Amino acid sequence: MIVFLIYVAIFIASFFVVKFVARKTVTDFTSLKTVTFGDESAVTPNRIASILSVLTIFLLWAAFTGSSLVPRFLHAPGPFIGDATFTYTAEADGVAPDDATVTVRVFEVGTDVADPEVPPGEGWAKNDVDTVGAWRSGLVRVDRNDAYGRDAGHRVVAVNGQPIEPGGEVMTEFGRVGMSPKGTLNFEPAKGWQMEPIWLPPPEAVVARLGEIASDGYRDSTLWEHLGYSLFRVVVGFFFGALVGIPLGYAMGLSNWFRGWFDPIVEFMRPVPPLALIPLVIIWAGIGELGKIILLFLAALWIMAIAARAGVSGVAISKVHAAYSLGASKWQIMRHVIVPNSLPEIFTGARVAMGVCWGTVVAAELVAAEKGAGMMIMVASKFQLTDIVIMGIILIGIIGFGIDILMRFAEKALVPWKGRI
Amino acid sequence: MNGLSIENLSMRFDLPNGGSVQALKDVSLQLAEGELMSVLGPSGCGKTTLLNIVAGFLAPTSGDIMLNGHAVTGPDAERGMVFQQGALFEWMSVRDNVSFGPRMAGRREGDWAETVDHLLDVVGLRDFKEKAVYELSGGMQQRVALARCLANDPDVILMDEPLGALDALTREKMQGLVLKLWKETGKTIILITHSVEEALLLGERLLVMAPRPGRIHREYRLPFADLGVNADLREVKKHPEFGQKREEILGMIWDMEEEIMGRTEENA
Repeated sequence: MIVFLIYVAIFIASFFVVKFVARKTVTDFTSLKTVTFGDESAVTPNRIASILSVLTIFLLWAAFTGSSLVPRFLHAPGPFIGDATFTYTAEADGVAPDDATVTVRVFEVGTDVADPEVPPGEGWAKNDVDTVGAWRSGLVRVDRNDAYGRDAGHRVVAVNGQPIEPGGEVMTEFGRVGMSPKGTLNFEPAKGWQMEPIWLPPPEAVVARLGEIASDGYRDSTLWEHLGYSLFRVVVGFFFGALVGIPLGYAMGLSNWFRGWFDPIVEFMRPVPPLALIPLVIIWAGIGELGKIILLFLAALWIMAIAARAGVSGVAISKVHAAYSLGASKWQIMRHVIVPNSLPEIFTGARVAMGVCWGTVVAAELVAAEKGAGMMIMVASKFQLTDIVIMGIILIGIIGFGIDILMRFAEKALVPWKGRI
Repeated sequence: MNGLSIENLSMRFDLPNGGSVQALKDVSLQLAEGELMSVLGPSGCGKTTLLNIVAGFLAPTSGDIMLNGHAVTGPDAERGMVFQQGALFEWMSVRDNVSFGPRMAGRREGDWAETVDHLLDVVGLRDFKEKAVYELSGGMQQRVALARCLANDPDVILMDEPLGALDALTREKMQGLVLKLWKETGKTIILITHSVEEALLLGERLLVMAPRPGRIHREYRLPFADLGVNADLREVKKHPEFGQKREEILGMIWDMEEEIMGRTEENA
């Protein structure tokens, strides 16, 4: 919640700051329009906003994970580290209540720690020491070193002077002191607002993990093998899907019989999410490469068939008529009119199919695989290696984005007339 | 026998709702080689259907079409077609569009290159031959379509409102070009148009068709096309007979349109 509020505050503040700081230097036609609200063509992405948006996400990520990448004053309050103290008041049968101090050394998990040294103090209740990791909690058996133990009716009645009873709690400046139903004290040091690395590691930890896995690998395969296997499956599955789907779509666009025969199949399979096929494919083809490729083939097949069919339907009949009256044969019309005319639709379909395939392969690897980006993050999540999970998600996103960019470049180069007819 | 001969052509087809449409009824006409005939008529009079049947895209329910002594049964390179718009191949350059017919016939480049370059000269697109067609203006695109049709050297050219999508000024220029090409090449041309002026200017013969069923209403022989070959088209329009014919035909079409409107209102 607090993160969201900060995000909104940055959004609004940067809007006004940029608005007042940035001079309007562009004097193109759009800048002269007075009606921009409601004119979609006058709305272009503000690149400053895009940069700030990305920076804000990383800033929030770094601030709430105590990253060393941002200066200390930007950090959200971290967990308490150091020696925490609180006093307790204990009663025992036949003696007056006595006070003693508990000193708990809160350490960063993963570092060496020694018990703090304190004098035992006066009275029958002796001072206690303990250690507990940041973000963790620990039971403090204060009665162990006291002169009267539990068998003598030892019980804690107050912490820092505030009464406490089993099941209750007292907040101290160092954290929460609770009491278990059996009367044992439980110290939970203040957690601050930062995320614990096992939930969200700081950016530099993710980068470090990227370097480590890129050089050493994870689960017997290097990072590049994992990503390469995923990409390989997508490319092969998509290739075969297009190889079968495009001719199928053409046939459906050109022949009544093909259209009638395959319409029920295609129309039924199209709305079936490829993910729903994973169990069946695993039953039939196992979790190896073959199963993955069959799954991706099926994911791409229907999309490509429908795109090719739409491409054929999209041919202006006057073009076909013109070609016929110029003396072209059916085969020539196919090659010189129908195929080129359907390329824009096929590219649109290919972009969609590649996106779906990439999503499907990751999902299929999450379910079962020996190698692959999805398998990597799935296994890492089982060991709570959040840094690997986040690294994997970012890499999967970058690759998916990269595939789309490549397809767009190919489209621009091969179908320059798209949208200009 | 040379030329185009259409005899007792009728076209009738069923509608999905059980009714049927008589698109053409007993249309007969003879077109000698080298004649230019324009076809006018209110919408729904079957003029585009007639053109599609002559082109071979549609089969008539009865009647015969003969071209140079043989029957027309399907599309063929002997009958070229120029469409209103959108019939160019965007994935080809201007030159590839114009040379499409010869290339599909399997002729070598040495064979057709000269003709194609000459035609590009005639339509004024020499400097644009390597351009993509989507980079050209509408008027230029129609000139490409004309050149493409001529490059195939058809016996008959069928034009389906070829200038309908152009602005008024470009249209005037293109009308001159069509006349010039007609005289130079001596092709037989059927030209469908919605503009009475265009039909008068370009048509050596003018056919006015009437709707429901589509049939020939009246035919004219006009001198304006011959005049226009040598004179400014705007001068031709000042000809006293031109204005008189225009009013006559406009009135005729108005009457037909009103009759259709009246009928629809009765039905409603």
